[in-house]
Amino acid sequence: MRVALVVGLVAAVPWLQAAAQSVDPTAAEFDKFRAVLEKDNPAELFEAKGEHLWRTPGGPKKASLEKCDLGLGPGMVKGAYAQMPRYFADVDRVMDAEARIVHCMISLQGFSYAELAKAPFSNEVRTPDPVSLVAYVAGQSRGEKLAPGRSHPKELAAYNNGKAVFFYRAGSFDFSCASCHGVDNQRIRTQPLPNFTKPDQALAAVQGWPGYRMTGGVVHSLQWRLNDCFRQQRFPRPEYASETLSALMTYLTVNASGQVYKGPGIKR
Amino acid sequence: MTEPMKIRVTLQGDVADVRVLMAHPMETGQRKDAAGKIVPLHFIQTISAQLNGKTVFNADVSQAVSRNPVFAFKVKGAKTGDKVVITWTDNKGEKRTDETVVRAAGS
Amino acid sequence: MKFTTLAMLAGGTVLLGSCATDSRDPTQVRAEALTMMQRDFKSQGIAGMDRLKEDSVLAACNKYDDNPPPELTAKLEKEQFATIQWPADGKLMGDWKAGERIAQNGQGMAWNDKGGVGGSCYNCHQIGPATTSFGTIGTSLHQFGKKRGYGPEIQRYAYGKIYNSKAYNLCSQMPRFGHVKALTEQQMKDLTALLMDPASPVNQ
Repeated sequence: MRVALVVGLVAAVPWLQAAAQSVDPTAAEFDKFRAVLEKDNPAELFEAKGEHLWRTPGGPKKASLEKCDLGLGPGMVKGAYAQMPRYFADVDRVMDAEARIVHCMISLQGFSYAELAKAPFSNEVRTPDPVSLVAYVAGQSRGEKLAPGRSHPKELAAYNNGKAVFFYRAGSFDFSCASCHGVDNQRIRTQPLPNFTKPDQALAAVQGWPGYRMTGGVVHSLQWRLNDCFRQQRFPRPEYASETLSALMTYLTVNASGQVYKGPGIKR
Repeated sequence: MTEPMKIRVTLQGDVADVRVLMAHPMETGQRKDAAGKIVPLHFIQTISAQLNGKTVFNADVSQAVSRNPVFAFKVKGAKTGDKVVITWTDNKGEKRTDETVVRAAGS
Repeated sequence: MKFTTLAMLAGGTVLLGSCATDSRDPTQVRAEALTMMQRDFKSQGIAGMDRLKEDSVLAACNKYDDNPPPELTAKLEKEQFATIQWPADGKLMGDWKAGERIAQNGQGMAWNDKGGVGGSCYNCHQIGPATTSFGTIGTSLHQFGKKRGYGPEIQRYAYGKIYNSKAYNLCSQMPRFGHVKALTEQQMKDLTALLMDPASPVNQ
């Protein structure tokens, strides 16, 4: 028996070649790091944790989430993420995946919205359960074509409302989402800014989050990402899992629809 | 509390390509928390791999490794049905063992 | 809103033979979206709910997709110009070195900040030649004074534009740093010097 150690631990690997594409050296290093991690995305650890959480009885009602309906029927997870946001008749509103998971944790497991919304985002020491769950659900749509709801009148209204939110300029700095993400080939510092009004670039809004962030080694969700966009827009804080965020995600995901979702992302 | 590893094995001929994702904070002992306090060293110190109960390597690991690390190696002489067992220990005495079975290529 | 035949399956939703339409006009959509935002956003730290309101400028820019009719544009630009408070000592130039630090700093005015901090200038503009990590949303300001001349009118333009960009270009994407008190008078003088001091690296 012969053993060959091929790759050591990723962070310790010295990089011999500089990447040609990136503008600054730090971005170039991250690009190489990402290339290595794409095959072995640590987000999968959180998908596994999310799957365990999905199947394990929990919350005050000691129930699992296996009866949670993500739009394809109770317990149907495969492919469900790629078809969200969508309209849910039981709540009579459009929900994105994380908002729906939160709804199930409340209605099936007995959690309160207040406790789930208290500290909903990941940090180095804590990954909230809805984040792991959304990573799991998203992973179950790997390779599926994005087909968010766009036939129910409330889905269409959510798209149009989300578009209005996207273009609404306000806050101390007069910014809208479109200030950064409405024009081709712009960047902040060295960070390229995809134009989310264009189908091919809108995929970047859907593909990145939930995803593993190499800085800090945490998984973040799209809820977190949009929250931080509004912080940087100098807006007040959008409520976790609110309808406004579902509407904005509807606008972004419909713009990207028809394209293949690759599963949780890997980000700088 | 430790969390499961993700072990993926792909067999090409008699060479098993083993890729392991490990959930671990890998604290360097230099990071400060939100309150400005140093977060104590907490890192994986050893990793070992066994194929059908026979140790194929033991590795010593330092704190210079990223959070949730990826570890990959190739083993010659593997075949379908072989059992791969990975164990890590860290500086706090925590230990985690996970295993998987080598499946035929393409299955 | 027009509804056509809806067929619901238990739990999920299936829509048959439907072609959804949104009969609201754009003004109505915007108004309803804003009502939704006012319900769903909460004040946090220094970021109060008043920040969701449009002033006269943003109301015009939002309504007309950043391209209001010329008469309205001229009227509002004039109003914005009148808001600019020029330094009482008449001096527009501060210290370019301090200006460089302010230009580099991207913090300030967010809900986790205590108030204004920096100018975030490099986020969008090329400025000094030593910094290659500059954004491209704004125009290049490299050799700003060298290209335009170092006279008092250009100084006044630089200071005024930093103070209230909307006085010069109504739907400019640039923040109104003086108008919203994101920068102090001294900070704006320092930034003016960064652009206009012949000794500033910007003009080399």
